[in-house]
Amino acid sequence: MTSDVLILGGGIVGAACARAFLKQGLKVTIIERELIGGGATAAGMGHIVVMDDSEAQFALTKRSRDLWDQLVPELPSSVEFERRGTLWVAADQQEFNAVSPKLSYYNSRHVSAQLLSAQTLYDAEPHLREGFAGGFLVPDDSVIYAPCAAAWLAQGANIIQADVKTIDDGKVTLAIGEQHKAANLIIASGHYVTQLFSTIPVKPRKGHLAITDRYPGQVRHQLIELGYLKSAHGDSTESVAFNVQPRKTGQLLIGSSRQFGADHSAVEPHMISKMLARAAQYLPNILNMSIIRTWTGFRAATTDKLPLVGRYRNADRTWLATGHEGLGITTAMATAELLTHLIAKTKAPIDPTPYLPERFPQCRT
Amino acid sequence: MRYDAIIIGAGPAGLAAARAAKHAGKQTLIIDDNHGPGGQIWRGRDGIELKGVDRRFSTQITDLNFSATQIILATGARELFLPFPGWTLPHVLGAGGLQAMAKQGLNVQGKSVVIAGSGPLLLAVASNLKKAGADITLIAEQAPWSSLLHFGSQLLRWPSKLTQALQLFNINYTPNLWPIEAKPGEVLMSNGKTYPCNYLACAFGLLPNLELARLANCKIENGFVKVNRHQQTSVQGIYAVGELTGIGGLEKAEAEGEAAGAGTATLGNHQDFVKLLTRTFKLRDELKQLAQPDTILCRCEDIPFSRTTQCSSMREAKLQTRCGMGPCQGRICGPILEQLYGWPSDSVRQPLYPVPLKSLIQS
Amino acid sequence: MPHIVINGTPHQADEKTTVAAALMNLGITSRTSVSGQPRNPLCGMGICFECRVTIDGIAYQRGCQVEVREGMEVSTDAI
Ligand SMILES: Cc1cc2nc3c(=O)[nH]c(=O)nc-3n(C[C@H](O)[C@H](O)[C@H](O)COP(=O)(O)OP(=O)(O)OC[C@H]3O[C@@H](n4cnc5c(N)ncnc54)[C@H](O)[C@@H]3O)c2cc1C
Ligand SMILES: Cc1cc2nc3c(=O)[nH]c(=O)nc-3n(C[C@H](O)[C@H](O)[C@H](O)COP(=O)(O)OP(=O)(O)OC[C@H]3O[C@@H](n4cnc5c(N)ncnc54)[C@H](O)[C@@H]3O)c2cc1C
Ligand code: FES
Repeated sequence: MTSDVLILGGGIVGAACARAFLKQGLKVTIIERELIGGGATAAGMGHIVVMDDSEAQFALTKRSRDLWDQLVPELPSSVEFERRGTLWVAADQQEFNAVSPKLSYYNSRHVSAQLLSAQTLYDAEPHLREGFAGGFLVPDDSVIYAPCAAAWLAQGANIIQADVKTIDDGKVTLAIGEQHKAANLIIASGHYVTQLFSTIPVKPRKGHLAITDRYPGQVRHQLIELGYLKSAHGDSTESVAFNVQPRKTGQLLIGSSRQFGADHSAVEPHMISKMLARAAQYLPNILNMSIIRTWTGFRAATTDKLPLVGRYRNADRTWLATGHEGLGITTAMATAELLTHLIAKTKAPIDPTPYLPERFPQCRT
Repeated sequence: MRYDAIIIGAGPAGLAAARAAKHAGKQTLIIDDNHGPGGQIWRGRDGIELKGVDRRFSTQITDLNFSATQIILATGARELFLPFPGWTLPHVLGAGGLQAMAKQGLNVQGKSVVIAGSGPLLLAVASNLKKAGADITLIAEQAPWSSLLHFGSQLLRWPSKLTQALQLFNINYTPNLWPIEAKPGEVLMSNGKTYPCNYLACAFGLLPNLELARLANCKIENGFVKVNRHQQTSVQGIYAVGELTGIGGLEKAEAEGEAAGAGTATLGNHQDFVKLLTRTFKLRDELKQLAQPDTILCRCEDIPFSRTTQCSSMREAKLQTRCGMGPCQGRICGPILEQLYGWPSDSVRQPLYPVPLKSLIQS
Repeated sequence: MPHIVINGTPHQADEKTTVAAALMNLGITSRTSVSGQPRNPLCGMGICFECRVTIDGIAYQRGCQVEVREGMEVSTDAI
């Protein structure tokens, strides 16, 4: 079978690309060695969130959230879409003082957001520990269950279950020896991308998560500490931040941790301990809740916290879609859209320049 | 305190290991999640001897974060359940399950009980429930007469087991019979007859509790922990005894426990008996076709059979349907999927059992 | 004989009885499944989690692993 587009990797990014090209009437094949949505996509939280670390990050997350919103009427119930909103909690007055500029930043870019006084914070989330200064609410952020979202997005694509051994001049060779070629090749293999191209500047950044049994109604919004960006965008080898997500099942998904340099996927008790202790500082009620599972996943991190979306090394028909760090569930949608425009050489709704791989010398020639 | 030997599980295998280890001069600790020693067979029995052995009961091991010169896994077995319409109704329990409930205070006096499934446990359960006052109206064994007769003839090699079998024999024991559908207060069997019952006690054999061995990366072969003559697993310092190394009953469990504790080789031809049991009570294919599209496979998450039919692995079923994601972490539905589809089990992760969040915070 | 409170109603249970057995003796199912079915213990040995109940305010404890105690409060409301 010949395809117009060959996608390496069936994570959320590869799946979103599949859908975008299928919508253009093209024939799409995904090569996935394990399971659609089984990589980092199965480990992540599934928080669709607008983030403001940089202008480019804001543009990409905002556009992606809009694209997810357009899909809502079609999403099957297994995707567990819920418009929970993100509630950023200000631990103290100093963090609260930083909220006003954040508010005007969001509002001036047409993302609705609200400042919550301490009183309204506790009305919104009565189980938070006493003494917080207030919060920042982004009501239109949402939550999905990413493995089912990926499977749904990939519907209609031809799926080959196989391990890709090498890629050379747009030609894909599978471990079993078979070769595949298409008009365009998209490499969406997440943090595994360095297995095929060792010089691509992404590094695996390990994260831990824990999930509770069902406690419906205890938490209403995705709750994050305002200090989160320090953890997410700092470069320290080990950090944790309060980040709790209510699932449709009534479970609480508790994060999050970030580690560079961890080379194995085993759950590390000291990281779980730090992460849960941090969460309990914000939500003391969780101490008596039952944890049913813990796990880890790897984010594909770049040094400037932006993904690599675009042509790889001037190769005519080989395109990268990786490096989404802790935001790939969110940004998969706009990534796919950007690629369709780059390939068709048409104007994209957001400027693609900040995400082009060529900003790194290793990706130029 | 640093121990020479830590034994996890205080059933017959673990108890034998603890006594032998103590006898060999080892500083010994035994741990079990029940209130006291005994495991499944001797649950609640008084006067079990453990002099000189440190013990911790009501303690569930959810992680292998301790060290000792020797760790002996004696975590035993659980029952295999197979889904059929109505198996989730409140009057349907495991066979060992109903027995365990009776040992922990369930009053079965005057209750009518149908016992169904497979394996020697069915007769033992019948005998115990009868002593507790239950009225056992039927014991349905799915294996055919021919297998059971062969089994009987082979038992001559193990005289003590033969005597035991004869003592347990029950007039209502019916081979070649299995449940088709449970309805409130009754069960329809494969002979087309409906049997009224207060309880249907039903299980299709035993499965080793492999989770800790898996977490410790011990090599598993054909569904059991691989050990050498000294009961040592593929991991240095970790030993496995009892049902973990093959479903073979009391004598095997005690012999293996004793060897592991004493540091000697296990005596006896226990694996022959394991093989004989496996052959005799092999599950017939009809049992794997009892589930209807709406029959629940995963009881924690209420996932019906129909939702798993599009999946092609345990992990896919888990990620796409939530099958196995509930608090039992696939302990009940994992083996069911393995029987129905042949999928090998998923990975294990700590905590092995749900734990209070605060217990994961280190001081 | 220990006095226990189940779903707000006082009861008596036998000494040395687990919460799961005490509930069954009273004809009270241990939990309601996520799709609303009544459930009782299955394994009796801490594996299946069908017997989980709220004991003294702590949800999701396995009733087959806990013996009744004087004054204990049990609720079968949690899913
Ligand atoms: C703990 C944690 C929490 C997170 N929380 C969030 C969140 O709340 N919101 C958010 O937006 N993002 C979150 N993320 C990030 C998000 O999960 C990832 O960015 C996203 O899943 C990446 O998707 P992907 O498709 O690029 O990669 P993956 O999902 O890893 O997919 C890559 C696929 O490629 C396949 N593959 C790789 N190499 C080969 C090969 N040679 N041959 C064949 N197949 C191959 C793999 O098997 C895999 O399935 C989180 C991540 C972690 C770790
Ligand atoms: C939103 C969300 C909600 C979830 N809710 C639940 C829930 O309610 N209950 C639940 O149980 N899970 C839940 N999960 C977790 C999910 O099913 C998996 O557990 C998750 O995909 C990753 O778990 P895991 O790392 O344990 O890997 P698994 O999904 O078990 O797979 C891990 C893979 O790595 C391999 N592997 C295992 N151990 C090692 C090792 N030490 N080194 C290298 N490779 C190894 C395995 O063979 C396997 O292929 C949820 C996930 C998400 C995203
Ligand atoms: S009855 Fe199975 S865990 Fe209690």
